[in-house]
Amino acid sequence: MTTVPSGQAIGARGLRKSYGDKKVLDGVDITVAEGSIFSLLGPNGAGKTTAVQILSTLIRADAGEIRVAGHDLARDPQAVRRAIGVTGQFSAVDSLLSGEENMLLMSDLNHLPRRDGRRRVAALLERFELADAAKKSPVTYSGGMRRRLDLAMTLVGDPRIIFLDEPTTGLDPRSRRTMWEIIEELVAAGTTIFLTTQYLEEADRLADRIAVLDGGRIVAEGSSDELKRLIPGGHVRLTFAELGGLDKAFTVFPGSSRDDETLTLTVPGDGRVETLRHVLAALDAAAVTVDDLTVHRPDLDDVFFALTGHSATTDKEDSR
Amino acid sequence: MSAIADSTTMLRRNFTHSVRYAAMTLSGLLLPVLMMLMFVYIFGGAIGPAISAGTGGGVSYIDYLTPGILVMAVGAGSASTAVSVAVDMKEGIIARFRTMAISRGSVITGQVVGSTIRTLVSLALVIGVALLVGFRPAAGPVAWLGAIGLLALLILAFTWLAVAFGLVVRSAEGANMASMPMQFLPLVSSAFMAPDLMSSGIGWFAAYQPFTPIIDTLRGLLLGTPIGNSGYLAVGWCLGLTLLGFLWARSAFNRDPRR
Ligand SMILES: Nc1ncnc2c1ncn2[C@@H]1O[C@H](COP(=O)(O)OP(=O)(O)O)[C@@H](O)[C@H]1O
Ligand SMILES: [Mg+2]
Repeated sequence: MTTVPSGQAIGARGLRKSYGDKKVLDGVDITVAEGSIFSLLGPNGAGKTTAVQILSTLIRADAGEIRVAGHDLARDPQAVRRAIGVTGQFSAVDSLLSGEENMLLMSDLNHLPRRDGRRRVAALLERFELADAAKKSPVTYSGGMRRRLDLAMTLVGDPRIIFLDEPTTGLDPRSRRTMWEIIEELVAAGTTIFLTTQYLEEADRLADRIAVLDGGRIVAEGSSDELKRLIPGGHVRLTFAELGGLDKAFTVFPGSSRDDETLTLTVPGDGRVETLRHVLAALDAAAVTVDDLTVHRPDLDDVFFALTGHSATTDKEDSR
Repeated sequence: MSAIADSTTMLRRNFTHSVRYAAMTLSGLLLPVLMMLMFVYIFGGAIGPAISAGTGGGVSYIDYLTPGILVMAVGAGSASTAVSVAVDMKEGIIARFRTMAISRGSVITGQVVGSTIRTLVSLALVIGVALLVGFRPAAGPVAWLGAIGLLALLILAFTWLAVAFGLVVRSAEGANMASMPMQFLPLVSSAFMAPDLMSSGIGWFAAYQPFTPIIDTLRGLLLGTPIGNSGYLAVGWCLGLTLLGFLWARSAFNRDPRR
């Protein structure tokens, strides 16, 4: 295996891609350090899949220089393919083959010796809790199982760099957590991960670096903490039965903003239990009765609103 | 080296698909045989005597018919190839293959070889049943080799064309439509009836369309009837269509995949 002297697994400069008049990527730079998790965060239609497809040699960029695993992607795509594994947004399994046959197909295409291949396949099926369903068609699998099979197939070739395009979208919370644990294990073993997601929470939990993609451009990039500093924190919204309560509470929380029509008060805060307890204690001390209370944590919408001035979810096109 | 290994892997995948689609595979294999039996036992009584008279009394209808059925079997095989390629290209795993360090054309090679093998089995079935119902070819070993060679060329030509159709149209229905000519043009050729026995317009078409020289050559090789320059035309058509199908399929496969 070639080593990348710079410690850089993926480097892209000035990526551009248009479909017809639509500029999907409009000059995107991406740098991913070896052995780290990089997350491309963006709403539906932002161009995440397009970026993954370009970086994983599936489609060609209109412009831009790309190096993956130390190889120039345009000049030597086959060398790039030897270093990467891709688990796309859409299931990439053969629905006519059983789970195990899909895995063995990967073993053959990775030219693993027969015995080693079988052993590796069996171990991966076991580790991904697919051993019992191995002889069944993936058509009969649950969403979470299919994602796990998809990822297990990617791992047969033991890639150094893995692309995961929205690996948890549409999964139930338990499956999502299982997927997160698997991803963390992979990075612990030294694999580089390029992850796309629509969920801030996911990027927050997993990624070393996060880039926010909007309108074909990276509008912010940094560690999770760096990004959060850009986001107005969460808030607690208090609703009162009458104006007097609102008046009194407004004096208790100096940084808050009031809306007399709806009788609500918005108190900035990060939405943690500790903060909430503090708010309630202050209300108690001032003897104000609250009619209703909602807690709002910062989410992708907030990041988007803060960074781009528009909401993430207004872009409703192609919600699949 | 890895091209051969990868193509073999893909061929194995293609074979497993045939097994999983057992009903379709079987009906594909049996259709030409049923077609032949239908022509022999239902239409044979009406067409047979005219054919026999036209060839100076030497050729029975089953002898006349078998080469045409063989060509039809190749056509039917390619139709199912087009459909299976179109269906397969929708499988998510194709995108995965494209990001793996495997020989680029191995998926297609697997399909072409798999389809060729299925069609060869279907041809063997046709010949076997034809022999049972009275087919008596006059061909010696060299002529048999020639006939098999021509059929192989034809399979190659039709399979590549079918793969190109399957890659371009991207739906089972579309692929089936696109390969209609390969399935039904033989009906309007010398396969079942001599063109000079047909009404004038159709007869003219039948005489000049590619299937007629191919079938006439096959018939000549198997039965010893005169071939004339049909042989060159037949090989020319096959090679031309193979090249067209191959180039078309290659460019269609190398295009950026759409979603
Ligand atoms: N093959 C294509 N042809 C035309 N438009 C496309 C194609 N692929 C993606 N797009 C468009 O590009 C934009 C970005 O798509 P995509 O990369 O899938 O975004 P994301 O993965 O972030 O949801 C969308 O508006 C989508 O409709
Ligand atoms: Mg996407």
